[in-house]
Amino acid sequence: MALEHPVSSTPAAGRGTMGRLARQRGAIAGLVVLGTLVVLALGAPWLNARDPIKTSVRDALQPPGPRFVLGSDQFGRDVASRVLHGARISLTVGLIAVSIATVLGAPIGLVAGYYGGWLDGVVMRVIDVLLAFPGILLALAIVSVLTPGLTNVMIAVGLSAVPTYARLVRASVLSARENLYVESARAIGAGDALILSRHVLPNVVAPLIVTATLGLGTAILSAAALSFLGLGSQPPLPEWGRMLSEGRDYLREAWWISTFPGLAIMVTVLAMNLLGDALRDVLDPRLKT
Amino acid sequence: MLIYIARRVLAVAPVLFGVTLAVFSMLFLVPGDPVKIMLAEFVTTPEQIERMRAQLHLDEPVLQQYGRFVGNALRGDLGTSIRSRRPVTQEISDNLASTAQLALASMAVAVALGIPLGLIAALVRNSWLDLASLGVALLGVSMPSFWLGLLLIFTFSLHLGWFPATGGGDFLHLVLPAVTLGAIASAIIARLTRSSMLEVLGQDYVRTARAKGLTGWSVVLRHALKNALIPVLTIFGLQFGNLLAGTVIVETVFSRPGLGRLIVGGILAKDFPLVQGTVLFVATVYVMINVVVDVAYAVADPRIRLG
Repeated sequence: MALEHPVSSTPAAGRGTMGRLARQRGAIAGLVVLGTLVVLALGAPWLNARDPIKTSVRDALQPPGPRFVLGSDQFGRDVASRVLHGARISLTVGLIAVSIATVLGAPIGLVAGYYGGWLDGVVMRVIDVLLAFPGILLALAIVSVLTPGLTNVMIAVGLSAVPTYARLVRASVLSARENLYVESARAIGAGDALILSRHVLPNVVAPLIVTATLGLGTAILSAAALSFLGLGSQPPLPEWGRMLSEGRDYLREAWWISTFPGLAIMVTVLAMNLLGDALRDVLDPRLKT
Repeated sequence: MLIYIARRVLAVAPVLFGVTLAVFSMLFLVPGDPVKIMLAEFVTTPEQIERMRAQLHLDEPVLQQYGRFVGNALRGDLGTSIRSRRPVTQEISDNLASTAQLALASMAVAVALGIPLGLIAALVRNSWLDLASLGVALLGVSMPSFWLGLLLIFTFSLHLGWFPATGGGDFLHLVLPAVTLGAIASAIIARLTRSSMLEVLGQDYVRTARAKGLTGWSVVLRHALKNALIPVLTIFGLQFGNLLAGTVIVETVFSRPGLGRLIVGGILAKDFPLVQGTVLFVATVYVMINVVVDVAYAVADPRIRLG
């Protein structure tokens, strides 16, 4: 589901040994998949000799086989090659979107949570208003203002996640502030900068890492969704969401055009979720329901 | 109780205020001249552009424009669509039923699938069945809705011919879209139900009930279930919002009429008044639904309204 709360309410699955083993295996699986994706994405130009963009009408709509591993699309382009190159796009989009959300959201949450008072009040009101736009609606509104395009989708997805990240960081800061060692640090005259860096920040980093990991999957999903709607990447860019949309018209004759990009999206997001869940178990058991 | 409701309703007033402000400012955040962008696909003279600007009152002071915007909205006037020349409220009302049907049907599917699955998983915890269902749920939250939709179309429409692939209107057209959205949402609900149930089952009062000699099922249904469902209720609002937002994608996949398709079409056509009006409407509905959910939550959990 696009743009859901990145800190999903996952179960503290299996407090028993069997569950714990599954978790660890899940984390390893997630890392392996992710690593493979990154390697494939980086090596796309060399791994597959076929040009993902050049068209070749006589090769159009070939089913998966010896010539085209995952089939060819309506323009004769190799689906496998396009999926590989699409990995670079999706991973980049996801990383940039999450970076935007973190770089903007974390400081806001930090300041609001630490200094409190009217500043906190104002920030919380604004966050409440922004979160009144459900799911993908905020990103849609931003894209409508900035006009469709892949870069703007990146920005839109990133910006629409800022309220959630800010709120999360603020909550972490608030809970850190309650801690006795912050009070004692204050009592012995430690400055704000020292307290923030020494005591508050470490408390914030763990949930932030978890959220960012899970958020990476969500961002990729949202960006692909926006591209699917035609608001993101423009042809002939081999972006996964758009590939799905283009394959829609050929669903009957050539199911592979839409299926494999979709599978790629799911596998990528799955890896992020596995990794994020495992990180949460390790870094911040408090987040477990 | 009534005081809680009144307090809750009053609390959303500033949020709604902020929402109108945010939607209103959309036009001003557009890089470039919004009027020119809106009319880009029409061949226009400078006078026509100026006339449109005056028509949209964009030459007035900003505060006055905002006042007009809110005043009109309160009176049910959300502007006029550039593309269709019809009032935005009319466009919304034409599409509202379809989206509402989809959202409600999807919620029904999500709850009907998710809660039982989560319950069963909790009751057979740590078995292979539990882990299998967790795996399926994980797949569910990782799956793009538009991909699932296409898969369902491929299987049940193109190959089995049980349901129509596109369009809206009757129940048959509702099934696949509702299953698409509902299945994914059910994964989230299942996970939460499971964890919530596990937590409740570990509580003292459950152990007491068991010690009293109540059978397993009686314990589960009478004591545990009610309390386990409360956290599920809290994310109900959030989930409904996700579903509402998800209709945007699903309506496009199934070429089904609705608010989602309206917004997307409006964005692609640079029809700002339509987009603004529809976004405002959807956000307001979402806020209202959350108020209702909060009140329901307070009814279900006395600790909330008394605390």
